[in-house]
Amino acid sequence: MEFGFTTAAYVVAAVLFILSLGGLSGQESAKRAVWYGIAGMALAVFATLIGPGAGLWLLSLVLLAAGGAIGVYVAQKVEMTGMPQLVAAMHSLVGLAAVFVGFNAHFELGRVLAMDPAARAGLHGFAELLADKTTVEVNILRVELFLGVFIGAVTFTGSVVAYGKLAGKLTSAATKLPGGHMLNLGAAIVSLLCLIWYFNSGGFFPLFLMTLAALFIGYHLIMGIGGADMPVVVSMLNSYSGWAAAAIGFSLGNDLLIVVGALVGSSGAILSYIMCKAMNRHFVSVILGGFGGASGPAAAIEGEQIAIDADGVAEALDEADSVIIIPGYGMAVAQAQHGVSELTRKLRAAGKEVRFAIHPVAGRLPGHMNVLLAEAKVPYDIVLEMDEINADFPSTDVAIVIGSNDIVNPAAQEDPNSPIAGMPVLEVWKAKKVFVSKRGQGTGYSGIENPLFYKENTRMFYGDAKASVDALLQKLG
Amino acid sequence: MKIGAPRERLEGEARVALTPQSAAQLKKLGYDVVMEAGAGERARFGDDTYREAGVEVLDGAEALYAAADIVLKVRAPEGDELELLREGQTLISFIWPAQNEALLETLKGKGVNAIAMDMVPRISRAQKMDALSSMANIAGYRAVIEAGNNFGRFFTGQITAAGKVPPAKVLVVGAGVAGLAATGTSVSLGAITYAFDVRPEVAEQIESMGAEFVYLDFEESSQDSAATGGYAAPSSPEFREKQLEKFRELAPDIDIVITTALIPGRPAPKLWTEDMVKMMKPGSVVVDLAAERGGNCDLTVPDEKIVTDNDVTIIGYTDFPSRMATQSSTLYSTNLRHMLDDLTPEKDGTPVMNMEDDVIRGATVVNAGEITFPPPPPKTQAIAKAPPKKKELTVEEKAAAEVAAFKRQTRNQVTLIAVGAALLLGVGLVAPASFMQHFIVFVLAVFVGFQVIWNVSHSLHTPLMAVTNAISSIIILGALMQIGSGSFLVILLASLSVFMTGINIFGGFMVTRRMLAMFQKS
Repeated sequence: MEFGFTTAAYVVAAVLFILSLGGLSGQESAKRAVWYGIAGMALAVFATLIGPGAGLWLLSLVLLAAGGAIGVYVAQKVEMTGMPQLVAAMHSLVGLAAVFVGFNAHFELGRVLAMDPAARAGLHGFAELLADKTTVEVNILRVELFLGVFIGAVTFTGSVVAYGKLAGKLTSAATKLPGGHMLNLGAAIVSLLCLIWYFNSGGFFPLFLMTLAALFIGYHLIMGIGGADMPVVVSMLNSYSGWAAAAIGFSLGNDLLIVVGALVGSSGAILSYIMCKAMNRHFVSVILGGFGGASGPAAAIEGEQIAIDADGVAEALDEADSVIIIPGYGMAVAQAQHGVSELTRKLRAAGKEVRFAIHPVAGRLPGHMNVLLAEAKVPYDIVLEMDEINADFPSTDVAIVIGSNDIVNPAAQEDPNSPIAGMPVLEVWKAKKVFVSKRGQGTGYSGIENPLFYKENTRMFYGDAKASVDALLQKLG
Repeated sequence: MKIGAPRERLEGEARVALTPQSAAQLKKLGYDVVMEAGAGERARFGDDTYREAGVEVLDGAEALYAAADIVLKVRAPEGDELELLREGQTLISFIWPAQNEALLETLKGKGVNAIAMDMVPRISRAQKMDALSSMANIAGYRAVIEAGNNFGRFFTGQITAAGKVPPAKVLVVGAGVAGLAATGTSVSLGAITYAFDVRPEVAEQIESMGAEFVYLDFEESSQDSAATGGYAAPSSPEFREKQLEKFRELAPDIDIVITTALIPGRPAPKLWTEDMVKMMKPGSVVVDLAAERGGNCDLTVPDEKIVTDNDVTIIGYTDFPSRMATQSSTLYSTNLRHMLDDLTPEKDGTPVMNMEDDVIRGATVVNAGEITFPPPPPKTQAIAKAPPKKKELTVEEKAAAEVAAFKRQTRNQVTLIAVGAALLLGVGLVAPASFMQHFIVFVLAVFVGFQVIWNVSHSLHTPLMAVTNAISSIIILGALMQIGSGSFLVILLASLSVFMTGINIFGGFMVTRRMLAMFQKS
């Protein structure tokens, strides 16, 4: 087929992708937006298959279908609470694919450069593209594919580690090898040296060495970040996978790859930025791991945590007119969203105003809670963001905190020495009564004490979130 | 152990410390319960109902005091009642220890332990035993009812065929429990209700009851009630003047005034002066809930209803709870029952005076031959200290801040654009044209990505991530282009890439669709 047709198809696909991302601005248009994305992807794959440079159609289609079958199976089987892990796992695939494609580009380049001009004329496909390049272009190409492989490798191991942490297979605490960031820096310097070496020699060994270094960086960097920051990490890796695609796009001279890679890259970067802002953290300090900047000791907390049983909570709910539920990661872990939805239904049927307050970083993914609540068929128009609902707490009778901790920590506002000082939080303590459903007396992911639990109007409803909510449902009759 | 409740001796006291219902619950705690015959009569609880609840009814106070180990009362014992108390007995009632030092001495001398229901600390845990609040609640409600009884008009405004009726205007002074109860009752009867309190933080509570908070424009004297355990503290003379000025302004318009202002351990502040009463319209009503402590109104006569020369009725009854004896006895005996609940952790009918417990320590005024009043401050603060309020910006300051923000933004943007352009030009100088072509596409795409993503709603961030994840498998294009050319190794790696991205494309889009399909409107 003509080269012009492929380019035209690419333009259409790029527009579709942009519409797909832009369409996510509202729940209703989002449903349409996914179809734009699917159409764009189908068009892109189709245009590439019939375009210049493609070959082995049948093999491609068979592999695609096989991969697709696995993808569909996994996507249908996964629990909504397992979504963060799944996304992280899928990122690793993109990262690895970027590494492979980068390697291929290198092999092909080597093969083409070794040929004499006559033989080059007989080439077709991807190799033909390479054959036309001038020396300067070849050098740029090397830098590009080097970058692509580097980012791809970091994405790959980073995503695998993020998957492990989110799935609970690795410890969620921040762990570092002795040497800490110096190891990362060392690996980065090795990579840089490899780049210069590769640039001059064009051999495979520096490329391979750099790949190992990048794999190590990805592993060690993400291991050093605590579980609470995983939303930022997942979104950052998402961004990386985009940049890797863009870099590979440069080396392959494929505009669609560049466009889409850049779209994904910048959207992931913004998402990370939005989330860091929601936590009042600097991006750099998230990436480097651990909390920084606290000066002086955190204020000691006085008072005691007072427990309450399901009867007490049910009684208070019976009397309340307005209820706000604040779900957190604990709800996701305990799979309590269906119980919470049932609770909401019962309370609403009794004529009470029930709303949900969602903190931007609740859960392990941005918007994680929204997805879980939506799965449990909680109507999305009673699910509100922090800024929409924070002013309503003083006029609320009962606030129920289900498995969230740091996002409702008053220390962020009251204690300037707290590690989370300045982070915007949901002001639940202003409600007349606060019930906190929590597994035990431990601290949240950030590992700091929560003065909310000691407040006069707070009662601790200990136990697994699901069991607690189920017990409550029975009492409400 | 036996718990007993005698008949209240005081004239006009209709309440009783135990109802049949709470007596039954006390039996579950392991106590035996005895009553003096006729004790509950005036609260409409007959002796037979007590017997049905398993209570032993004894004739005469002597028999009761002789039988009971724990005596429950409403009012503090007086006169010959004191003679009947014996060593080792425990008395639980209102005692007002600050005003009744002689009583404490007598109790101490007789070896009686005393728990004062009016000394229960105001912390959340103790709310269920807070008899003052439950009585104040009734008093507030009853005050409005009494006022309505003596007021010749409707509370609510009506437009009828027989003419228009203006709504009554009610002013509630002091927004404690009684004040808030009065406010709520008055609002629900349809009156236009104003409420005043020296503690500005209760404005919210007043407004939540549907009344209007009377604001005083007075800077420094705003009280933080956290320091005084939720009660009001005396105010400065300047503040008082300002307050009276405000009341004078309101007085001619107000039909009903309900005053509830009390400061712990002091006589009631005079807030409704004689000249204000004079200013009021004929037929207006003043209900003074502070009459027992001297009254908030200059003209109040305790325990009496008087009518002034200008036909204003001033009600100074001190027995509002007793006027609703059934209701108040039920609430009070529930408070007592909760107190005994806390005193009997083992539920074995044996009280334990745990002086480490904030609530029990606070309420106990005589224990083991010692006067234990006043108690040390409770370990838990009643209310968290209010944070100092931020100063409101004036309009000019806001405008100036906005202009400054706009300028800063412009400067930032211009700088960014300039730096970006310079970088681009720099790259353009050295890079070949073919690279620049791609590079421009790249920069534009990044830009579009930035613009598009800002609008994505927060709740859709997870679907966004899943969709971008699916879209990032566009890398498949690279693999597809390479799969057809080159060596076996290239084909192998490219095939693997196609396979993996295939998983990602289908999985990513499927997951996104699943998520989005779940979002639904109510």
